Parts: sequence; C-alpha cells; structure tokens
Amino acid sequence: MSKYITILSKGLYSFIKTKYENGFNYLLDITAIDYSEYETEHKQQYALVYILRHQDFKQVIIIKTYISSLYIDSISDIFSGANWLEREVYDQYGIEFNNHPNMRRVLNHREFVGFPLRKSYPITKGQLLYEVDDLLDEMKNHLKYKNIKDKDLMFLNIGPAHPASHGTIRTYVALDGETIAAAITEIGYLHRGFEKSCENHTYNQIVPYTDRLNYCSAISNNIAFVKTVEEMLNLDITPRAKAIRVMLLELSRIEDHLVCLAAILVDMGGLTNYWYIYNPREDIYDLLSKLTGARLTNSFMRVGGMANDLYDGFKADLKNVLIKVKEGIDEALSLIKHNRIFHDRTQNIGIISAKDAINASLTGPNLRASGISFDMRKDNPYYGYENYDFDVVVGSIGDVYDRIMVRFEEITQSTSIIKQVMKNLPDGEVNIKDASVVLPKKEDVYNTIEGVMNQFKLIIDGVKVASNEYYSSIEATNGELGFFIVSDGSGTPYKVKVKSPSFSAIAAYPSMIEGSLLADSILTLGSLNIIAGEMDR
Amino acid sequence: MELENPQLPTDTAIVTKLEEAVGWARESSLWPMIFGTACCAIEFMSAASSRYDISRFGAEVVRFAPKQADLMIVAGTISYKQAPILKQIYEQMCEPKWVISMGACACSGGFYDNYTTMQGIDEIIPVDVYVAGCPPRPEALLDALISLQKDLREKKYNPKRHKNFKGALDNV
Repeated sequence: MSKYITILSKGLYSFIKTKYENGFNYLLDITAIDYSEYETEHKQQYALVYILRHQDFKQVIIIKTYISSLYIDSISDIFSGANWLEREVYDQYGIEFNNHPNMRRVLNHREFVGFPLRKSYPITKGQLLYEVDDLLDEMKNHLKYKNIKDKDLMFLNIGPAHPASHGTIRTYVALDGETIAAAITEIGYLHRGFEKSCENHTYNQIVPYTDRLNYCSAISNNIAFVKTVEEMLNLDITPRAKAIRVMLLELSRIEDHLVCLAAILVDMGGLTNYWYIYNPREDIYDLLSKLTGARLTNSFMRVGGMANDLYDGFKADLKNVLIKVKEGIDEALSLIKHNRIFHDRTQNIGIISAKDAINASLTGPNLRASGISFDMRKDNPYYGYENYDFDVVVGSIGDVYDRIMVRFEEITQSTSIIKQVMKNLPDGEVNIKDASVVLPKKEDVYNTIEGVMNQFKLIIDGVKVASNEYYSSIEATNGELGFFIVSDGSGTPYKVKVKSPSFSAIAAYPSMIEGSLLADSILTLGSLNIIAGEMDR
Repeated sequence: MELENPQLPTDTAIVTKLEEAVGWARESSLWPMIFGTACCAIEFMSAASSRYDISRFGAEVVRFAPKQADLMIVAGTISYKQAPILKQIYEQMCEPKWVISMGACACSGGFYDNYTTMQGIDEIIPVDVYVAGCPPRPEALLDALISLQKDLREKKYNPKRHKNFKGALDNV
C-alpha cells in the first residue's frame, strides 16, 4: 500500500510542501537511519525518513533522503506534529533541523552526552543525571513567542511524579490566576531505550518488549509488531489466527478503554465509577492469564501465528467476561450520563478542532472525537475487518466529553465485533507451516535431530528477514500504531521505529490547555489517554 | 469488640514493651506513597481495587504527598532522567520510612539493560523489600507488605539501618 520515494536532501522541504498541498496532509512519522554498519550504494552515513498519509487515509508515502551534512530544513511550519518528531531525531541521532523553533532534547536528559541511536553509541553506556532541567529558558522563549509580558504570572510544575500526570509526564505552566497562560510539557521520564534494545534482539525476542509499550493493552502491540514482520516476510497467516487476533485486538481495546475511563473519572472525583469499571478489567485479566499465562504483559503473539491456540471452554469464559463488561459500563454510565457535574466538567473543555488534530497527527479515539472518521479498520482493513459489522464512533467538537463518550461507545462496538468473530471462528491451525519461521512441535524437538536443529537455529539466529525497509500499522487502542523496520537480512532488525499515538497526543497537549483552567488541564490529559511506555518508549 | 465483651474484666492492664506496642501500631497503619511510573503502577491499581483490596492490610490511605507517607512503593522503571526526582521525593518523606521496590525494573533494571535505565533503584535510595515479577501480581505486592509488617512487629525498628548507604547521586 505504501509508496517509496527517494529524493535529494536539497529539495526536501519544497517536495514535502508540494505533497502537503496535494493532499498528503497527515504526518505519520519522522525518523533517521544510521547506515554505518550497513552496506549500501550510498556513501552518506545518515538518511532521513518521512512517512505521510493522504487525506483519503488510504495511501501512504515514505520519503527518504540521504544527507551528507547533519543539518536539514525543518518542516514544523507545515505540520505542527513535526515539531517533537524532529526533536526526537535530533535527540537520538544528532541531526539538527534548521528553523526549528525549539531544537532541544526530548527523550534523553539534558546532561546526556552523545546520541544513543547512532550505531557507534554502546547500548549499555548509561549516564547519570544530577540535576533536573528547570525548563526556565524554554518557558522564557515560549512566553516571548506567545507575546505574553507585563503579567503577574505564577509558575508551577505538574509532575513528573504527580498522581494526575498518569505516570511520568511533566507539565510546566505559567498561571495567570487560575488560567494557564502558557504551558510546556517535558517527557522522556520513562524512556526505556526500546528502539536500541530492538537492534540487539531477534524478532521474536522483541515481542516481550512490545508488551511494555502500551502496557494497558499489551496484545495489540504484539500484533502490530508481528504483523509488520510477517508482511516483510510475505507470510499469510492462517484464517483462524487472523480471527483470533481480531478478537484479542478488540478485547485489548476494551481493556485499554476501561483503564482510561476509570482513571479519568477518578480524576474528576468519581471514585465509584472506578470500582464499577475496574472490576470487569479484572475479569479480562483472569481470562487472559488463563489463555496466555500473564495478566498484563501477555507476549502472546509470534511471527507466523501465536504461542498457542485457545483453550477448551474459552468461548464460555469470554461470554461471561463480556457480560461483566457490559454491566460495569452500564453502571458507570448510569452515574454520569445525566450527571450535571460531569457535563459541566467535560463539555467544551480541552477542545481540539478537526483541522488542528489532523495537523498535529492526532490519531485513534482522540482524532475521531474531533469528528474525523479515520479508523484503520475501515480505511485499510486487515485480518478481515471488512467482514465485520461495526460503526466508527465519531465525536462532534473534540472536547473531553467527546473523547470519553467515544471510548464508551467503542467498547460496545468492540464487544459486537468479538461476538461476530466467535460466531464464525474458523477451524484449523493457528501457526503457519514454515520451518524457517515457526518453532517445531516439542515432540519433534525431543525426538528428532531435525527438530532440535530447527529449534536451535530459530532461537539462536532468529527469523531471517530479507533486507528491506517497511512501514505497517494497525488500529491499536490509542490509534494508529505503526512499526517502521529496517532489516539487513539477519535475524535481528537493523532498526525499529515505533509510530506511537501517545507521542503525537502529548505533543499537541500544551497548546490544548493554554487558556483553560488549571483543573481542566488534568481532565484534558486524562482524556487523551497518554500511556507513558508508548510515548517515551 | 473485646472491650464491650461482658466476660472480660474491665479493669485489665496489659503489660508490654513500648517498642512492641509502637511496632504493632505502625504495622497496621502504613501510609503508602506510590511512585508509579510504568506497567507495575497498573498492577498497583489492581492491588488497590476491590478484588485485592490493599485496605485489608491497613495500607489503603494512598498519599501522593511524600510528607504524609511512610512507605514508598516504587512501581515501575526508573530511568536516569527520573532518578534525581525519586531521590528528592524519598528525602522529603519523614522518618520512619520504608521502601518497597516493586517489579524487575525497580529491583534491577529488568530486561532494560541499556543506556537509559537505572540498573535498580538501590543505586539511588535504600530498599527494604524487593518484589520480583514483570509486573508482579497484586498478591506479590501484598506479600511484600505482609513481610514488611512482620518485620515491624517482630524486629526492633532501627532508624540507622541505612546509615552507611551511599547512593550514586549522594556525592554531589
């Protein structure tokens, strides 16, 4: 589906601008590749990769340019979402962007020396931070940019260790009374080096790492990753595996939305909702631990299929779980649906318009709440999503209320998809029959020399993926979760980049809360469902 | 309650050591401060919710203000960027205080052996109980809590137990 274009670095800015005017107005990702350990016909060490999506939400182009100097023009004036992505490239690779408004590190700390995703940087070389960045200079620039002066402002840090910051996000605000005059957000407190770790592990070893990206819905990350690898290998997985993956994807969507809704309603003071919504999540945990052996970090998917088939009696268990989910949702909705306090606190709060949301690369429920009906399951169906009957839920103005209600309704839609899948679950194997991809059966490993050798080679060398550069994505719980993988023919990826939905959302967050009340900023953050593991990677 | 039990003499005096009485009081009124960063914090949410219900062990008054808490539960990966904040918050807690390190990342860096992850929070602050797992089940966290309570009940509280501890950020 995606088109690959290589251009000269000189004309990059104007080329992207033309593409933007021709309808490619949705920026997916920007990243760089360090070719110093990879034989190519190009003599340059670095290449930049821009991934854009057309406004029909179907076509994707990947624009690649080899650069000889470490400077390139910024495109952050075309796409607001490019601002942070370019900062990340600078942070990880040391490539600077001309005319960028705020060229500083985003994931690593301010005392960090060197650029960790360069191949020359040793993976285990950690660097201590002694003093946290006070962000004063960034705030000063920001106030100047917003032309705020002669005001008696109060400065306040929310986070990084704050209960309402949902993990590890730090927002530094300038308050004019109770109103936020200016805000800057700092992330990276949960940067765990996912992408560097991937370069040191075989494809199947990466699956547990993907669990911990969006840890509220681990299986959907597994699927996004193995789907990309399978497409690079040109594998077509079995119909049963496809159906089970759809079912598990939707179950993770329910799981993820439940935790988001439970948390935001607590932020609002509605603790009762938390008990009602969190309890069905425990039931999902029980089901998943029976199926996969783990409650939270399931690591269930493998390249070519999955760890094992459904157990006997899964269908009945699943049915009970779905009933519990419905009960929990109904109870919670009965508390808030006609609740004046809930309406007052959520409606017309934290608005992002459709145009701004597209420009900032918002995705998933957050984008749909702004009224854009972009859903990968409808626009680029995979695993037979076109055969299931479900609605894409859209909001009207993109406020906190819309984002909450979109999630509530998506749970209902997901439940309906799961029921349809289980009604027509195909029989057969869950793993493909390909000895170069899927591990042999245990009895073969213990009884035949071929089995032992096969197992040994696959474990030690990994699944060999022919040299390629490939982007693929799915509609994960928070939106389009994509993987851009560069392979060099070995069993270990040369480079992996995650197109993370939370990263785009948090980049848009400061501009969403400027001008609103401090208390509303907490709800805005909660409604975006930022998962730190996925944001900081 | 026993005090309302007519069988019991009303003029009873219980003789115990002050230390033991204080230990008994501490044991059942631990106020946790959650330093949650990642996946383990989600499992802490489970431990706090009605299925596992940490309040059965007298530790449900979750405080996010370090000055009001005496038990820090570090739930999640601590990166080098986060480390000075962890240290600062630990220092803001008043004595007596205890630390539970929840999960593989907090205990040892877990499988993130790389340029950004602290290889265990005990490089920064002293730890009293380690909980294994990635993430640990809520039962494992409850077990850690119970074993800490057992210590408080049976052992003399030693405020100087970490006197010789020197963290990586302490020499600045």
